[in-house]
Amino acid sequence: MDGEVNPSMLLARIRKERYGARPSSFILNVSIEVPPGITILFGASGAGKSTLLDCLAGLVRPDDGQITVGDEVFFDSARGIYLPTPKRRIAYVFQTLALFPHLSAEENIAYGLSDLQEQEIRERVTSILNLFRVEKLRKQKPTQVSGGERQRIALARSLVTEPRVLLLDEPLTGLDAELKSAIVDDLRAWNAAKRIPILYVTHSREEVDALGERVITLDSGRVVSAGLPTDVLNAPRRKKLAQAAGFENLLSASVLDLRETDGVMRVRLLESACEIEVPLGYATPGTVVQVAVRAGDILLATERPRGLSARNLLEGRIMSLEQRGTMVIARVDCGPTFLVHITPGAVRALELTAGRRVWLVLKTHSCHLVD
Amino acid sequence: MESLWLSMKLAASVAAILLAVGTPVACWLAYSNWRWKFLLESVVALPLVLPPTVLGFYALLAMGPRGPLGKLWIALFGHGLAFTFGGLILASVLYSFPFAVQPLVASFGAVDRRLLDASAVLGAGGVRTFLRVILPLSLPGVVTAAVLSFAHTLGEFGVALMVGGNLAGVTRTVSIDIYDHVQSLEYGAANRMALILLAISFAVLSVVYAVNRRAWTPWTAK
Repeated sequence: MDGEVNPSMLLARIRKERYGARPSSFILNVSIEVPPGITILFGASGAGKSTLLDCLAGLVRPDDGQITVGDEVFFDSARGIYLPTPKRRIAYVFQTLALFPHLSAEENIAYGLSDLQEQEIRERVTSILNLFRVEKLRKQKPTQVSGGERQRIALARSLVTEPRVLLLDEPLTGLDAELKSAIVDDLRAWNAAKRIPILYVTHSREEVDALGERVITLDSGRVVSAGLPTDVLNAPRRKKLAQAAGFENLLSASVLDLRETDGVMRVRLLESACEIEVPLGYATPGTVVQVAVRAGDILLATERPRGLSARNLLEGRIMSLEQRGTMVIARVDCGPTFLVHITPGAVRALELTAGRRVWLVLKTHSCHLVD
Repeated sequence: MESLWLSMKLAASVAAILLAVGTPVACWLAYSNWRWKFLLESVVALPLVLPPTVLGFYALLAMGPRGPLGKLWIALFGHGLAFTFGGLILASVLYSFPFAVQPLVASFGAVDRRLLDASAVLGAGGVRTFLRVILPLSLPGVVTAAVLSFAHTLGEFGVALMVGGNLAGVTRTVSIDIYDHVQSLEYGAANRMALILLAISFAVLSVVYAVNRRAWTPWTAK
């Protein structure tokens, strides 16, 4: 993006200290740029995501820094500029949605349009109700509609104001997959048409994969990494982030030897005899490292496999099988316990049961070292 | 029955004034982050613990011909404030202040903060947010404030006696009238008025509790 002047880029450099009830005070100290399009804000809870959004919206005043959208200055501590929330023309969909309970869907959506002529308000409300397929709910109160419909109404209420920036704080939490993907499609269509900076907070890998053009990851109030979703999330550098990004297996291991020419090192998982090969990291023999493996990246076999390129083969026993939606979570005891995701079909075809002897196959590059 | 009518008039005026004056005060108390706010909260709550005679005594001093309020009143209207209906209203407003302000503060404070944030994000300033979000969602609190200040004023005795005296048709409220009847051993007349007061108080409190159950709030799902 260097050199390119983008008329609606959101730039923020924010420092905000919070003295909470917790013993250590929290400091948000970030510098981000959000070009038009969807940028995912990713991080464990307590990483500062909501505080960051509140600062951008003007609901929380940063101690120090600058916030600009294009050439408009929202906040500049050096020049003493602080644009109040109602003047920022930002849309913000809260995690709780915050629909007005005493107003109908239609009145909620029209709330942000009070400056317009009645005729135009009616047209805009009708067109956005249609876009989000909630036309038939226009007279209903938020308590009278379903969760997914509430989420759509909240999105419609924010987008109808034609905002310059859109902030979404986990707007799809708690919806089932089908509904989620329908709303995600709506949002993508809207994004394609308007191209404004959208900052989207989520914990969900699915939403990241479906929506994200870029990802910013936060941890303890700091930006840990920023870039393409695949680059950022597939190689988590921090343990907390690994947990948030869906790395179900986090194992401690001691380094045995480094094989620089192959770009790998051998480690032994602590409290076991299992030795595996992982990508080379900054470590010396004898040090303890953390290895993260996604449960979906592990293969499970009922006989000792041969002729595989994968370097890591662990023998173990199934402790339990647990059905979760369309997925089965197997706990496998190989010394340390691994979580493995498999399909119900595979469970039937392989006749997997608790107590069965199995082999786990791990590709070297599915094993990630985290700090 | 003249005294009952007078008490009703007094209570209605006080309730109306308290809603007008108490609302901005309650708004400030509910949303301010000022560190010394507790001092003002204590001042607002004072009439709850102060004997009515103490409040009435200071009100009388202030309203007297040599008190600041009395002087101002004479300069403006040419007559004193003590022992008038106006003076009685003023003292009653002070006395019933917490009964109006505290329900308002509680109900304003109970409105989800995120709704206020949402209103601001959607471009609404403070006044619009108050009128379109806070006030409609605080309706039970507003009704409670109006009803409690009305009922509390209706039943007051000490303040009315100190500030109003006992002038028939001007400051003789129903509770003073009952006392008079008892003093002159007219138990039948005292009983009639006492019963009416009892019935009104019960009706009024029933309204407060019913409204606060959110049984009839406009957004309740059927």
